[in-house]
Amino acid sequence: MLTRGRQWLNQRFHWDDLIGPLKKKTVPIHGLSYWYFLGGVTLFLFMIQVGTGILLLLYYRPGANEAFESVQYIMTRVQFGWLIRSIHSWAANLMILTAFAHMFSVVFLRAYRKPRELTWLSGMLLLFLAMGFGFSGYLLPWNTLAFFATKVGTEITGQVPFIGHRLMVFLRGGEDVTGATLTRFFGFHVAVLPGLTTLLILIHLALVQYFGMSVPPGVETRWKSSPGQVREMKFFPNFALRELMAWYIALGVLGAMAAILPWELGTKADPFAPAPAGIRPEWYFMFMFQTLKKIPAKVWFADGEVVGILVFGAAGLIWTLLPFFDQAGRGRGRKFFMGAGIFALTYIIAMTVYGYLAK
Amino acid sequence: MDTWQNRGIFAARLLLLATALLLCGGRLCAQAQNTCLDCHGALDPPLQLTEQQFSNDIHAQKGLTCASCHGGDPTKADMDAMSKAAGFRGKVERKDVPELCGRCHSDTAFMRKYNPSLRTDQFSQYKTSVHGRLFAKGDTKVAVCIDCHGVHGLRPASDARSKVHPLNIAQTCSRCHADSAYMKGYSIPTDQFARYSSSVHHDALAVRGDLSAPTCTTCHGNHGAAPPGVDTVKNVCSKCHAFQEQMFDKSTHKAAFQSAGLPGCVVCHGNHAISHPSDEKLDAGPQAVCMRCHTPGDACDRARGDMLSGLMRLDDSIKTADKVLGVAESSGMEVSQARLDQDQARDALTKARVTIHSFKPELVEHDIQEGVKIAAKNLQAGQAALAERDYRRKGLGFALVFILMTVLGLFLYIRQMEQEAPKS
Amino acid sequence: MKTEEPARIQPARRRLVEVLLGGGVLGSITAFFYPVLRYLIPPPVADLGSDEVVACKVGDLKPNSSKIFRFGTRPALLLMAADGEYRALSAVCTHLSCTVQYCNDLHQVWCACHNGLYDLNGRNISGPPPRPLGSYAVHVRGDDIVVSRKREG
Repeated sequence: MLTRGRQWLNQRFHWDDLIGPLKKKTVPIHGLSYWYFLGGVTLFLFMIQVGTGILLLLYYRPGANEAFESVQYIMTRVQFGWLIRSIHSWAANLMILTAFAHMFSVVFLRAYRKPRELTWLSGMLLLFLAMGFGFSGYLLPWNTLAFFATKVGTEITGQVPFIGHRLMVFLRGGEDVTGATLTRFFGFHVAVLPGLTTLLILIHLALVQYFGMSVPPGVETRWKSSPGQVREMKFFPNFALRELMAWYIALGVLGAMAAILPWELGTKADPFAPAPAGIRPEWYFMFMFQTLKKIPAKVWFADGEVVGILVFGAAGLIWTLLPFFDQAGRGRGRKFFMGAGIFALTYIIAMTVYGYLAK
Repeated sequence: MDTWQNRGIFAARLLLLATALLLCGGRLCAQAQNTCLDCHGALDPPLQLTEQQFSNDIHAQKGLTCASCHGGDPTKADMDAMSKAAGFRGKVERKDVPELCGRCHSDTAFMRKYNPSLRTDQFSQYKTSVHGRLFAKGDTKVAVCIDCHGVHGLRPASDARSKVHPLNIAQTCSRCHADSAYMKGYSIPTDQFARYSSSVHHDALAVRGDLSAPTCTTCHGNHGAAPPGVDTVKNVCSKCHAFQEQMFDKSTHKAAFQSAGLPGCVVCHGNHAISHPSDEKLDAGPQAVCMRCHTPGDACDRARGDMLSGLMRLDDSIKTADKVLGVAESSGMEVSQARLDQDQARDALTKARVTIHSFKPELVEHDIQEGVKIAAKNLQAGQAALAERDYRRKGLGFALVFILMTVLGLFLYIRQMEQEAPKS
Repeated sequence: MKTEEPARIQPARRRLVEVLLGGGVLGSITAFFYPVLRYLIPPPVADLGSDEVVACKVGDLKPNSSKIFRFGTRPALLLMAADGEYRALSAVCTHLSCTVQYCNDLHQVWCACHNGLYDLNGRNISGPPPRPLGSYAVHVRGDDIVVSRKREG
């Protein structure tokens, strides 16, 4: 029956020609091949998010008066609502973790080099979109922690020179965080960001298909000198089945976390109550938040917070344009960029841990 | 007048004249001309009073001057202001203070011009107070108006800085009443302020900021200050604690206390050092109040025991439900509704404790039953949450088994597939 | 991922793999879709949000009587005054958060804890309460008495 289906498709879409390249796709095998799974796992988690997100949309109501109650309803009344919601919250965090890991693995395996600059660029944009998803989604349950974390986060955005205030008002839908902010964030989270992300994912995947899997520089030179040593496996079905294993394991982890560590509801946000002690952003913003906290109030003549924001902006920009700086490929250039990558990773981890330990 | 020197002298004189005129003019435009402060602002205490200090006084703000109380002519400069012809009387003796203040403050028509809602019976009330009665006999050590309200910088009672603002009254009274040297010769104790400071009312007022909580004047009155009589003290308490009084009135203790001349609430709760009541009052230990009068083993002792055991039963069931809800919460289950309902159970316990004042165990038991029912419902909710948690974990285990099977199956399938056919 | 020498796989081994994989996939897919399908079925209690509550039915209350009901997470008081007009107030006393009650002899709202009194509009008129009680809007919708939050402006 499958052959009949294939024939039907072939008569209309040249099906065999279309999927031919896919069948030929290979994945290089070497000591660091395990890192290749991360991109796929991130994609899988995104698909989980879309699925659970759509399910949540069936019961969630945006609006300061109803949001918290609707999430409470999902957690307590809807059958398995607790499962869908907790999976959505945990997968969000896991997805950003794997996205970061995927990004750093690309840095350390130097996979962003020519000709894959645009793949890196689209990937960095996807990372920013993922963090935007996290920031906008965090507010949606409208609980106290989320409300104040959003307040602080958008406040920091307002410190950007020149455009900061306008940017903040755009994000907040007004001068303060109100129900209007919730509506706006909801729009970003379920329409704007998914649209942009889908587009970028398609571009990102198309580029990956086009260029094939990159190989670390050391392995590359070795294989160039002795082509007999090249080892690859077919993507379909060998790598794909392994990828499926990874996805199943991720699913198991998600289910376990949702059942054993359900995501908490919190208390409903009250804009007039004083901020509780210990407001902090989600962990993926913590390193920036902690850095800004630690910068002295004045750096030379400029406001410390503004300097921090500008430094992070510049760092983000340089990081996004990394492939265009790293043209050399080997020698001292290579050591420098490896060093930069290690520094960035260490800094992020250290500041995140510091942010949680410090009170 | 043509030389530069002459022109300079002329200019200087003009400047001096202008300044003097300005200063005089400025003073004319001030609230009310009060030349007294010109000198007294520069003197040393106790004669010192600066314009700044006097401007805090409500009387100054309403346009009164020094002469309003001390006489004299506030428009004249220097010593001419203290003219006997204009009625200057100098320092007002303590024995003349109440009458002096009363001259305006008891004049309803006069006070209506300034604040129609201010009472004008302070002086007549004062005359009925212990302070007023001793004062009438010639004792000037007792409090007169200025001792509590201050003088020259007098603020209205609603001003939080005023000595007679509710938050400050106890402090003001204690200035004399806690001073054992000053109070020598009077037959009352001087530990009231110390005792009050340890009380639950002081805690509510000074610590929690609840301005409705009682201070000295709430129970003793302010101008007509006197201790409430033995038979009427419960009327004072019942102004807020109405429910307890209703219960007490219908109980056997009312007649018993009356015939024994006992001062109602004070017998068990004290008057100044009213501590937060605990169930230990019903017990048989050092805090016990019932057993001070009753004989161990009699019907009342048994009733006491019943009420106490009922309260402990309810308290226990509330704590048990709290514990289970706590476990459910820390496992991530949603029990916020039950947590809120626990407040109702705690309300029932409070109500039961109030009902003790009826001294009827069956009434207390009724309230306890209500509370126990609510606490039992909440305990059930907590246990249901724990059961749901266990169900979820079982479901997870079930799903994990299949996931593991699939992963293992995939692993073996891949191995099998690659044994039979090469990978690349 | 080592390449092993091609070898004949025992039929028993092949069976095991088939069972594991087939059973695992089937079981896990069931375990995924069962909750999702149950999720899609709306629960019996529809969520009304925190904006309005049906307090009782028309005819439940006589003039000069009241009922305590839940609005959101806190208790509220629905009373029918002697003239037949409905009023809904928050039942949380503004002094120390005891639950207030309607006194049909005083025609006022009373708090048993410290003898606080409020009038029928919720204004604190006597005793310790420092602020009025919050009030809600009451509408009759068919047979239901619906209490809702007051609209701004």
